[in-house]
Amino acid sequence: MAAVETTGSGARTIDWSSDEFKKRRSRRYAADRRLQYYGIAAIATALGLLAILITSLVMTGYTAFTQTMVSVQITLDDERIDRNDVFGANWRNIVRDAFKAATPGLETADERAYFAMFTNNAPFLVRDRVVADPRLVGTTVTFTIPMADPVDQLAKGQIDRSTPESQRRVSDQQIAWFDGLAQQGMISRPFNTGLFFNADSRFPELAGLAGAISGSFWALMVCFFISFPCGIAAAIYLEEFAPKNKLTDLIEVNINNLAAVPSVVFGLLALAVFIGWFNMPRSIPLVGGLALALMTLPTIIIVTRASLKSVPSSIREAALGIGASKHEVIMHHILPLAMPTILTGTIIGLAQALGETAPLLLIGMNAFITSPPAGILEPATALPTQIFIWADSPERGFVSRTSAAILVLLGFLITMNAIAIFLRQRFERRW
Amino acid sequence: MNKFLVSASAVAIALTASVGVAAARDQIRIVGSSTVFPYNQAVAEEYSSKTGNPAPVVESLGTGGGFRAFCGGIGPDHADITGASRAITKSEKELCASNGVTDITEALIGYDGLSLAISRKNDADWDLTEEQIFRAVAAELPNEAGELVPNPNQTWADVDSSLPATKIVIIGPPPTSGTRDAFVELTLHDGCSAMPFFAELKKTDRDAWNVACSRVRQDGLFVEAGENDNLIVQSLDGDVNAIGIFGYSFLYENSDKLKGVAINGVEPTFDTIADGSYPVARPLFFYVKNAHRGVIPGMNEFLEEYMSEEALAAGGYLAERGLTPLSEEKILEVREAVTGGKKLEM
Repeated sequence: MAAVETTGSGARTIDWSSDEFKKRRSRRYAADRRLQYYGIAAIATALGLLAILITSLVMTGYTAFTQTMVSVQITLDDERIDRNDVFGANWRNIVRDAFKAATPGLETADERAYFAMFTNNAPFLVRDRVVADPRLVGTTVTFTIPMADPVDQLAKGQIDRSTPESQRRVSDQQIAWFDGLAQQGMISRPFNTGLFFNADSRFPELAGLAGAISGSFWALMVCFFISFPCGIAAAIYLEEFAPKNKLTDLIEVNINNLAAVPSVVFGLLALAVFIGWFNMPRSIPLVGGLALALMTLPTIIIVTRASLKSVPSSIREAALGIGASKHEVIMHHILPLAMPTILTGTIIGLAQALGETAPLLLIGMNAFITSPPAGILEPATALPTQIFIWADSPERGFVSRTSAAILVLLGFLITMNAIAIFLRQRFERRW
Repeated sequence: MNKFLVSASAVAIALTASVGVAAARDQIRIVGSSTVFPYNQAVAEEYSSKTGNPAPVVESLGTGGGFRAFCGGIGPDHADITGASRAITKSEKELCASNGVTDITEALIGYDGLSLAISRKNDADWDLTEEQIFRAVAAELPNEAGELVPNPNQTWADVDSSLPATKIVIIGPPPTSGTRDAFVELTLHDGCSAMPFFAELKKTDRDAWNVACSRVRQDGLFVEAGENDNLIVQSLDGDVNAIGIFGYSFLYENSDKLKGVAINGVEPTFDTIADGSYPVARPLFFYVKNAHRGVIPGMNEFLEEYMSEEALAAGGYLAERGLTPLSEEKILEVREAVTGGKKLEM
């Protein structure tokens, strides 16, 4: 019997249980399933790539979150330190004598190799702490000082002790000294607070993100205070007041296009306008923030317009109906109701700005600066540009620090996006 | 909400207005070559730690970009010092002069060894001549009939039968890099001139010689990595037969993973680069704007730190970072020029 039969009256009857229809049916079900599998495969690929990225970052970066330190007792002798000029004392010798005391029987010829095991800036670290607290003079204090990068790598097992001596950065002698210090219990490996509280340095053991984090903070502040009010004002005008004509259409098209312009273009613009015409200095967060504001502005305008549009017209009409002026309708009703969505959009826009590198490279925010900026007018780097600088440094310790810095940046991005999601969940009104 | 908007815009306006204040500056600005960048970094950090003065701002713009910023004019908007991996050119001097920057001092700080290196996992001992390197890397080589044909060499054994029969893979810097310029000038040009065909060409048509000796093969055997030397180091670790070209400091830092490729029998080490027997080394300079001395705070102290024994001498901290130091007499000469503000002939 055929699957489809035409009866005498012209009506068709279909035999759904026939083999042909069973086949057809299973083919259609199979297509459904295939579509589903393609989707799952796509998600799995995306998640897999993400997992590879995060794993490789964590694998190379986790060692940077600890730092090998040596605890050494330093006698801050009255005779060697003038209380009226703590800064000018011979800190180099004071610190070196303390290091020497930890390894008895050190020969003069070996001193250079021995001192190379400790961070080069040890005298400055000790000096700065005593300058900050002059009461320490005349006492004996235990200082915890970072070990130099090659020794740090050795302690973390990144340098293999079994490789021939000529092929590694630490000599057998230095390893023996290090083991000696470790036996005396002077070596520790605490959490690397310097990674967050130190500014940049050419020594990996001292290099930190403080300059980059505060630079990013100041730049984002400038970006926020310019793009947020400007974006909202522009969106209110376009949405509520502007007449619908060719000109406003043109503006709208252009704003949508601006949102898709590559960020490097805004960097070039900032270079030409702010640094070229207005003679602002290079490398400062103010210029960086202005460039990022140019980039974020279109996003905020678009988000604000969309959220103003989504407030139901009944609210507008009700307010107008009881005699509210246009200004009152917008400021008292529409804008407050739209605000959670606007804030969400703004935070996502700022998160994007935080990760932006290209415009900052052009305006010189990728400089090497060993002190964190105190304001928007002091030269600074930003998180992504700091990663850029570290990735290009020859010292081995910067390999793990680059990954650690990327993890820190990702941490900030995730936090900002989490705040945006929280705001949306908590305050957004659905109509 | 109203008040918030008003105050936010007030802050925005105040931010924009405060720019005028930023004109004066109390920190030194250093620009210039990415090769000199690590040494400028080191001196800047040492200077700021020692004196407690504001940290200098060190930017890496490349040698050419550095001169553009440096020669832009006199005043706090323009850089004080620029690093260069070659001497200043005539056109750069003219640019400087046209912007009123006429009093500058040149300081040779040392040499940068460019090294060829290969993974330690590779068993062979590599010793190449410049001619062999050129034969492996050149875009075009002459055939028996004396015509230029695309480079036919696929393995090192094709280049010279004494070399291993492994595929040629060379990972080097892109044409925008100063390292590439140095490689072309110091290795390829010499290797090229060692071939009779090109030596002849040099006499008859210098421009054609320059083109033929500078072009690098584009068939995938010479891999252009980015400007990032660390990436090249990582790729060498992954491919045992690949030879990389980068600054000596990267070989020194990674000596557990990489070994140097000897050229004409000479291994790259500090000593061979300093005495010039490793042929791929170039001089490094910095240039100071004398008009800024005494105007920008700390300039003289900074230069003093740069010229100090602790920084510049053999065993100084710049040498520790990979700089090949000058001889003692030369250091004295440079120190005198810098402290005295010796004017460069424009």
